[in-house]
Amino acid sequence: MIRKSGAFILFLASCIVVFCFTLLHAYLLHDKSIDKIALSKGLVRDLALTDLCIFTEARYTRHPSMADLHTPFQDHPTAMEHFPSGSLLQPPAHLQSHGMD
Amino acid sequence: MEWIEKQRNVLDFTLSSILRRKSKNIALFVVFTAMVFLLASVLFFTGAIKKEASQLLRAAPEIVVQRMQAGRHTLMPLTAVDTISAIRGVSKVEGRLWGYYFDPVVGANYTLIAVKDALPGTMVIGNGISRARGLYKDDMMTFRTYLGDNTAFMVSEILSAESELVSSDLMLISEQDFRNLFGMKEGLVTDLSVTVKNSRELATIAQKIADILPDTRPIIRDEILRTYEGAFDWRSGIMVVLLSGSVLAFVIFAWDKGSGLSAEERREIGILKAIGWETSDVLLMKFWEGAVISLSSFLVGITLAYLHVFFASSVLFGPALKGWSVLYPHFRLTPAIDFYQVSALFILTVMPYITATILPSWRASTIDPDAIMRS
Amino acid sequence: MIRLKDIQKTFNFGSSNEYSAVDGVSLTVEQGKITVFSGPSGSGKTTLLSMIGCMSRPTSGRIWLQDREITSLPERFLTHIRRQTFGFIFQQFNLVKGLSALENVILPALPGGENRKKLSESASKLFAIFNITERQDARVEWLSGGEQQRVAIARAMINDPEIIIADEPTAHLDTKLSREFIEIFSSLRDRGKTVIISSHDPVVCDSPIIDRVVSIRDGRLQ
Repeated sequence: MIRKSGAFILFLASCIVVFCFTLLHAYLLHDKSIDKIALSKGLVRDLALTDLCIFTEARYTRHPSMADLHTPFQDHPTAMEHFPSGSLLQPPAHLQSHGMD
Repeated sequence: MEWIEKQRNVLDFTLSSILRRKSKNIALFVVFTAMVFLLASVLFFTGAIKKEASQLLRAAPEIVVQRMQAGRHTLMPLTAVDTISAIRGVSKVEGRLWGYYFDPVVGANYTLIAVKDALPGTMVIGNGISRARGLYKDDMMTFRTYLGDNTAFMVSEILSAESELVSSDLMLISEQDFRNLFGMKEGLVTDLSVTVKNSRELATIAQKIADILPDTRPIIRDEILRTYEGAFDWRSGIMVVLLSGSVLAFVIFAWDKGSGLSAEERREIGILKAIGWETSDVLLMKFWEGAVISLSSFLVGITLAYLHVFFASSVLFGPALKGWSVLYPHFRLTPAIDFYQVSALFILTVMPYITATILPSWRASTIDPDAIMRS
Repeated sequence: MIRLKDIQKTFNFGSSNEYSAVDGVSLTVEQGKITVFSGPSGSGKTTLLSMIGCMSRPTSGRIWLQDREITSLPERFLTHIRRQTFGFIFQQFNLVKGLSALENVILPALPGGENRKKLSESASKLFAIFNITERQDARVEWLSGGEQQRVAIARAMINDPEIIIADEPTAHLDTKLSREFIEIFSSLRDRGKTVIISSHDPVVCDSPIIDRVVSIRDGRLQ
């Protein structure tokens, strides 16, 4: 019969191996993703895109970096959001600093 | 060798102890794993988004110049192209013609961009639109123009699914179609993209643009990039707020388990001391007790989080991330593991747990070995 | 051979409820014999036992184990000596519930870093000696009183100590089991072990197997 500590160490070791596989996976996919990134990057360059397409429901969530100071964040940059995803996104840094003065 | 045997012997005993309180420890393991899983999922997801954004948006325009009127973003006259081109150090100025179209059929917003090489009457659409509307190559889609009449475009191409993170909701049409659709006069564009000769002069040139055209607002690429560095940090992230509830519950749970050393456990420590265990041996046993639960939970939780974010496209975050988006992009993030974050997570979960297990036993383990005889 | 000289143990020293549990005991315990400390409860015999077993230190006086003076040794050495030299049997046996008999028996040896396989083998030998081999994987709370008693003795023997210390071992046993207990002690003596028992049970004190009975009352020898 296998020792309890042996079984546990085996369990822990296999967890570590699986975790290392995820690291390896991340590493391998990183190389693979270069093409994918290059493709998207080409699109960004050709179309002069400025933002990621994560939240499409409102102008200021679709293009946060292009948002102007007052309309997107309604009354105040820290106002509660009409669109839920607005609460996940921060107003762009440049709006918070020199946009305010 | 002797040291290893000792650790294994003590670990054997610890595991036997843990197995005695099976349901309690399984519950603990499940809660701990779930917490690590959620925290790690958030970390992986935001980390990967930020990394991808910083790579992709490096190709964004160096400066975007918007015109502001009465506190609102407004159309830019093309005469500004010459004004800006005249600034020393500017190599290229181009008008960008883009905007949004709300599609009442599916209730989604599309981003329309006028491109030079598009044939009038045709459009290139992003994969997200194709999916939402069931539109494929050579299909027609009808738009309502600013005058209220209908006009139709034929899908000539669908942008690749791999680029969905930037292109999901895009519709590329010809400039003439764009102007006809929205009633935008010749000589006006949405904004300008500016390319400079020496990127070190970006800030100076942006300042000059703002000086010469006081009603404009230049946005430098660095600012665009920084927007995404701060993305999801907002309000420390609603997710983290939500999570803090469970973290708190866990802390209470762990505290209760750790500090509430039961009479039974106290008696056991007394027995161990009496039969010749040193204080350090008892603490070693308690260390293993904390380590067994927390290490396994950490490893299982973090691995599950990786699978969740990078294989299952963060399905569990769907409701939070999608928000009201009808057109939610399907993107597979490129795995990015930030070792700093992983170790921070390790230190913030495993360490306190082990400490919470050892500390309460400290007092119990320093009792005199003959206590059990006197009681 | 254990030698005690002018041993005194005072509890709550300096406070109003100060009392001496052991008061000026000088004594020699012979090797390879069974010695019983007898006396009513509160007479100080358990305290004396715990000092001999290196579990606590006398307030004054000295104890020699063979030729080694142990009262002045630091805590770590004391624990070491205790684990090497003594095996303990407690009232109510104090087995750890939820563990198997085998796991209980090897418990004292775990921190020593002994190989687990060897430990299991030595434990199995002890189980064979005490005729409970078939019960070694059973949880201790499923064992009968007699079996528990044997497991407790086996646990005391696992480190192969020279001296076995038993504190009121028969306090919760019936006469039959108590007799068996003494039989086992006599077999241990035959193996060259020194046995020290504290008890006020006549079955123990009056047994012909016992080599010497030391009567204690109010912390003094009688």
